Amino acid sequence: MNVLVCISHVPDTTSKINFVENNTKFNTGGVQYIINPNDEFGLTRAIWLKEKQGAQIHVVHVGSAMADPTLRKCLAIGADKAFRIDTPAIDGGAVAKELAAFVTANSYDLIIAGRESIDYNGSMVPGMLAGLLDIPFIPNCVGLEINGNEAVAEREMDGGREKLKGTLPIVIGGQKGLVEESDLKIPNMRGIMQARQKPFEVIAPQQASAATQDVLYEKPAPKADVKLVPADDIDQLIELLHKEANVI
Amino acid sequence: MSVLLFAETENNTLKRNAAEVASYAAALAKSLNTNSLAVAFNADNAQDLGQYGISKVYNIINAPEQFDANVYAHALSQYISNTNATHIVVSSSADAKFLAPLLAAKNNAAYVPNAVALPNKLEPLTVKRTAYTNKAFVHTELDAEINIIGVGNNSFGTVEQFVDCVVENDSPEHTASNLDQVSMSKETGKATIADADVVVSGGRGLKGPENWHLIEDLADVLNAATACSKPVSDMGWRSHDEHVGQTGKPVSTNLYIAIGISGAIQHLAGVNASKVKVVINNDPEAPFFKAADYGIVGDAFEVVPALTEKLKAFKAQS
Ligand SMILES: Cc1cc2nc3c(=O)[nH]c(=O)nc-3n(C[C@H](O)[C@H](O)[C@H](O)COP(=O)(O)OP(=O)(O)OC[C@H]3O[C@@H](n4cnc5c(N)ncnc54)[C@H](O)[C@@H]3O)c2cc1C
Repeated sequence: MNVLVCISHVPDTTSKINFVENNTKFNTGGVQYIINPNDEFGLTRAIWLKEKQGAQIHVVHVGSAMADPTLRKCLAIGADKAFRIDTPAIDGGAVAKELAAFVTANSYDLIIAGRESIDYNGSMVPGMLAGLLDIPFIPNCVGLEINGNEAVAEREMDGGREKLKGTLPIVIGGQKGLVEESDLKIPNMRGIMQARQKPFEVIAPQQASAATQDVLYEKPAPKADVKLVPADDIDQLIELLHKEANVI
Repeated sequence: MSVLLFAETENNTLKRNAAEVASYAAALAKSLNTNSLAVAFNADNAQDLGQYGISKVYNIINAPEQFDANVYAHALSQYISNTNATHIVVSSSADAKFLAPLLAAKNNAAYVPNAVALPNKLEPLTVKRTAYTNKAFVHTELDAEINIIGVGNNSFGTVEQFVDCVVENDSPEHTASNLDQVSMSKETGKATIADADVVVSGGRGLKGPENWHLIEDLADVLNAATACSKPVSDMGWRSHDEHVGQTGKPVSTNLYIAIGISGAIQHLAGVNASKVKVVINNDPEAPFFKAADYGIVGDAFEVVPALTEKLKAFKAQS
């Protein structure tokens, strides 16, 4: 089985978010980048498939060399081969088109991406990729089993869960639940040494066009101080929520 | 040119978020000087969209009973081309986020989710949406022939505006599904984190699952959904389905009440889009107070039952 895990490279949640060039660009200065957490759950699930059922795990990222350490980390925790499609990731649609061309050229049985990236939270890439390839797609995936050429996956929906079954190849939008945090692997010395020997290919892009463009960033207005209500004056809280905030 | 919205249904009835999406679509259509049309699947009350300014609804009456993203996306695509729709409006529900990327791929459309307001420019179409897990906003230009906007939950609100609404019941041919449902579990009759106006959320400060009646009783009075912080679901005090935050469900409700939750950045990231936040915590230094609108510094075991009782009385009067 050939598994492709799509890796996004995102600022750690605790990073300070700031913008430069008249608020048209994200300030990467001093920002710690990590594997998008949702992708890491997917990668770990893929490594389990390799360990238990046998699989080749490839990871792919669309973007600049800035993400190379992240891809090396993926190799160190168990992926077999890394690819980077060398073009800036302008929007989800363009990334999905690059990935679709890559998947078509290489043939995968299972493609795992993250439910969403934590920078744009768009949840766009996996669904658009499945749409372009015209293959089944399961988002918000909290459980995945592969039996032969069939995938059984559970998705979280609003107020419940749905278990779905489809024929490979299939695209998964993964999240916590595929594996738990305690299952995530920390690269060890042996893994890091091995990763240096593993194949890492930088490939030329299709130059897919983007349909959207981010033109201006804005930070939320500074928050007014919290209004504290004494614990023995709950009526005041109810009054505020009713008359001032209009929420009850 | 026209504006077309996808009105979601559940059990043959429009979902609550259909009203907000319809209000947004109607306002957008007005600014574009065109009409707003809706496509609904198995909606017995499709004409209700007229309350929110929608003049025509194509109601697909032979759709699969359960939401099926691929089948729905194919059907919607037919209506997009038949009505020359240029602006497509959907919600930010889990189902809409499942469907919209498929729809975008099929129609070579531009798509932005989590929009917080009407476009601030029509040429080029520019939409403000949340980014960096609610720590910023970004203005995004959409420049495809078909542009899809996903409206953030509770970001626009509902605007009543009665118009005559024509419902056309259609039975188009559907594409075959590429997924089979094995099972589904869904809490019925309970407000969900995605749909509720109010979410009451509990953290580790509640000490143990045996104390969750505090959260549930308060939620009952407010007709609220219940949620929890990550450690609470990790320890199995509550089901993972209630876990909210960066790695859990996003919350974008009108009122979020956080009880015994410290307000770690990963928690806040997922709940910050909520309009009004109330924090009850016995530690005045808890970081959540910095992100809250209203707060009570106090012991949850005393404050919450008192709040529940007072709210009961308040609700009974009003
Ligand atoms: C990668 C990553 C992702 C994460 N994702 C999430 C996520 O999605 N969601 C999430 O919630 N967390 C997430 N976390 C964890 C997060 O960092 C915090 O650890 C977690 O939110 C803390 O939960 P808590 O507030 O319930 O517990 P604590 O931080 O232990 O806070 C308990 C609070 O209860 C108060 N308290 C105690 N007793 C009382 C009382 N009697 N009355 C009133 N108040 C009381 C305390 O003062 C304290 O503020 C993530 C962490 C990481 C590293």
